[in-house]
Amino acid sequence: MADLLIELFSEEIPARMQVQAAKDLEKVVVGALSDRGFLFEGVRAFSGPRRLTLAMTGLAVQQPDVKEEKKGPRTNAPQKAIEGFLRSAGVTLDQCQTQNDGKGEFYVAVIERKGRDTAAVLAEMLPECFAKLPWPKSMRFPGSPVRWVRPLHGIVCMFDGEVVPFEFAGVTSGNTTRGHRFLSDGKPIAVRHFDDYVAALEKAYVVLEADKRKDIIRHETTQKAFALGLELIADEGLLNEVSGLAEWPVVLIGKIQDEFMDVPPEILQTSMRTHQKYFSLRDPKTGKMAARFAVVANMAAEDGGKEIVAGNERVLRARLSDAKFFWDQDRKRTLESRVDDLKAIVFHAKLGTQYERVERIEALAGEIAEKIGADVKKAKRAARLCKADLTTGVVGEFPELQGIMGRYYALHDGEDSDIADAVRDHYKPVGPSDAIPTGKVAIAVALADKLDALTGFFGVGEKPTGSGDPFALRRAALGAIRILLEGKLRLPLKVSADVLDFFADRLKVALREKGTRHDLIDAVFSLGNEDDLVRLVARVEALQSFLKTDDGANLLTAYKRAANILKAEEKKDKKTFDGAVDASLLALPEEKALAEVLGAAEKAIAADVQAEKFVEAMGVMAGLRKPVDAFFDKVTVNDKDAKLRENRLKLLARLRATLHLAADFSKIEG
Amino acid sequence: MAKAETFQDLILTLQTYWAKQGCLILQPFDVEMGAGTFHPATTLRALGPKPWRAAYVQPSRRPKDGRYGDNPNRLQHYYQFQVIMKPAPSDIQDLYLGSLREIGLDPKLHDIRFVEDDWESPTLGAWGLGWEVWCDGMEVSQFTYFQQVGGIDCDPVSGEITYGLERLAMYVQDVEWVYDLKFNNQFRYGEVFLQNEQEQSAFNFELADTDILFQHFKDYEKQCHELLTANKKLALPAYDQCIKASHCFNLLDARGVISVTERAAYIARVRTLAKACCEAWLESPMGDYKPRFG
Repeated sequence: MADLLIELFSEEIPARMQVQAAKDLEKVVVGALSDRGFLFEGVRAFSGPRRLTLAMTGLAVQQPDVKEEKKGPRTNAPQKAIEGFLRSAGVTLDQCQTQNDGKGEFYVAVIERKGRDTAAVLAEMLPECFAKLPWPKSMRFPGSPVRWVRPLHGIVCMFDGEVVPFEFAGVTSGNTTRGHRFLSDGKPIAVRHFDDYVAALEKAYVVLEADKRKDIIRHETTQKAFALGLELIADEGLLNEVSGLAEWPVVLIGKIQDEFMDVPPEILQTSMRTHQKYFSLRDPKTGKMAARFAVVANMAAEDGGKEIVAGNERVLRARLSDAKFFWDQDRKRTLESRVDDLKAIVFHAKLGTQYERVERIEALAGEIAEKIGADVKKAKRAARLCKADLTTGVVGEFPELQGIMGRYYALHDGEDSDIADAVRDHYKPVGPSDAIPTGKVAIAVALADKLDALTGFFGVGEKPTGSGDPFALRRAALGAIRILLEGKLRLPLKVSADVLDFFADRLKVALREKGTRHDLIDAVFSLGNEDDLVRLVARVEALQSFLKTDDGANLLTAYKRAANILKAEEKKDKKTFDGAVDASLLALPEEKALAEVLGAAEKAIAADVQAEKFVEAMGVMAGLRKPVDAFFDKVTVNDKDAKLRENRLKLLARLRATLHLAADFSKIEG
Repeated sequence: MAKAETFQDLILTLQTYWAKQGCLILQPFDVEMGAGTFHPATTLRALGPKPWRAAYVQPSRRPKDGRYGDNPNRLQHYYQFQVIMKPAPSDIQDLYLGSLREIGLDPKLHDIRFVEDDWESPTLGAWGLGWEVWCDGMEVSQFTYFQQVGGIDCDPVSGEITYGLERLAMYVQDVEWVYDLKFNNQFRYGEVFLQNEQEQSAFNFELADTDILFQHFKDYEKQCHELLTANKKLALPAYDQCIKASHCFNLLDARGVISVTERAAYIARVRTLAKACCEAWLESPMGDYKPRFG
């Protein structure tokens, strides 16, 4: 058993691609080895700004021998066919066995392949593996016949302490790598095994593992912030990115000039994050953003980072001056005065301008507000202003601040705080982990915004497809569902059938995590006329609990039996059995009993459903189990007497109809 | 490592450095353009099999970026220093870093990084992969491996480096207001260009006659097509017309008379011209010359 070490050393790999590239490298190499019959003990892959590394342990130095049987033609096949088979299998006739499959004799070639040296297999296999790596974007470069993410400069490939020689992308494999671009002495570093490789890299100012780089950044930032009485505002996305931009991360703290601290913290944070990749810090006592930033450099500078900090502070000053300029300019005009500017912005070619959209949202928000008991005037006002910040300089520069800026400008204009909050919160929830809006006014606008988008885009045929959802309609529907369910809002959706179907699908996804069965959602939705999601879910939940009981499970079985009989007989007679049961034709006590309870149950279930007492309705159904079971035990439905038969089928039809008052049991699986 | 103390020192230092790397030191192209990439020494010479190395300063005009001289660093006329090397040498990143050392940015004192930034010019039908180079968080250069120009694969691939000279000089000179830059030891940048920024901004945004510009655009487009459909295709004069049309479009865009949908259509029209010029260039001798007297 031996170890394998591979490193692909290139010009700077985009940070966003590094993690996946390591996974892909591992997958491709492991896949190719298994295809060739290899087993191994362990494998790990690493990535960083300039290298992809794979380390494998416990790989045999010799490929296992393979014995393969290949089925050939029948022994009485034409000579030509037999010759062709021998040629393709690479054997002679006396190396073949004959076997009998009961229909006659046929040849079987037994091919034994001797395993080759692993090193030879690797030399042949690895260039193909590397060429298969699926980069999101790759390039051609001089001297290379294949594409790579950026020009490749070196390949380390050591197996069992020896170089595995091959060529890829114009580069010959060897045993040397390089350290940090500026901090190392720049000389080639010879390596043999993974352990000395990692140690040699550390000495040359390269931290191989992304997770380790992240730990260093997290730790150093926290420490340095702590020394200033501050704490880091966690930002996992940014941490992932900057850990892909430094081989030797060094955290430095810079100052934000006081003149910028009046600018809303969201603007400062967004500008620092998107343009400069800086972390923000805050005062743990007040929760307020601090006038400091943390930058992750790829350099332990000779002057302790003085020049670097000064440079970054200067760049940030220019950036924040721009942001502050927009913030100051934006407040010279009211949001109200910007609403008209929305006429010039096309929302979607078939759905008109942003202004027209706002008018629709305004009307809808008013209606919704009335139904959910929100202040109608405020809701309409908030809806009118909710998109006006799209015309501001700050949102133009940082689109992700839409809504947040709207709130600031609304407050600056002296709008009511409910209205300002609604302007900010009407986009919520932005994702599955985001909270729903809390204020009633905000809820009205948030629902109006989402329902308008769904109705509008479905209306012009822009529905999400399996591959794409460019207008984020899934998110809109899911958002509306969460607002309704989490807020227990009783609001008929009043949307077209296709939008309602879409809601049903999204509802299944939303409730899947809670363990709600998708077939039960279908069972209730397919009754039709249900566009109140709160009521629908209450019914589904009652149904699900019921089906978990003995009575429920048995009743479902009985239902299926009744439905199957009906289906078969309806087909045979080419008619349905929906008519009234004739009491005089009820012969046996069990069918009399069933007819009797059904009559009572029908009324009770209908009344309970009407009153939204779904648990009670299920209770009534539970009472049906015994008479139904007894009926199937003792009564032959398909009696020789045609009249009795038809009457019994009518009784079953009535049972089916009664259960359908609660849910369409035919949609229930199991 | 001496710092480039003035704006012109910066230019001279870069020219000397890249001349040592075997680059031709060319002069700016004499037609208005938005970036040094439009210079035929880059656009056209990036195509075809012949090796090429050139470096030059190119005045770059971006009418929309005019701020009447009121902005600390945004200009509608600024200088780019452009380097093109075909094929891209395998040590081109090191050569580039050498140039930063020359102008006084010591990589042992500064934080220099290559941050993904792929370049694309829809007007030229060109794109490439590369980075923006950051020095202490500031973008000091754009670094691109050309993959296509005029919709045609670049083979061999060129390496292109673009320095924004004013921004770089502001960094080196520690100046926050572009007009305060020392152009040389006697003159400030503002003495050379402030009035130009003020007047040209007024022209770009207020006074440029849009009827004339629309007409010019059509004329240049027509002339360009004619030069490429004649019996003898004239790639170079045609390309002049193409960049002139492009500049007309930029002015019209600054005047705000081109709507969003029209915008895409205009860009596509310039791209059509650029592609045709590139194709004609590939059919031409591409600058072949044998010394007449040896």
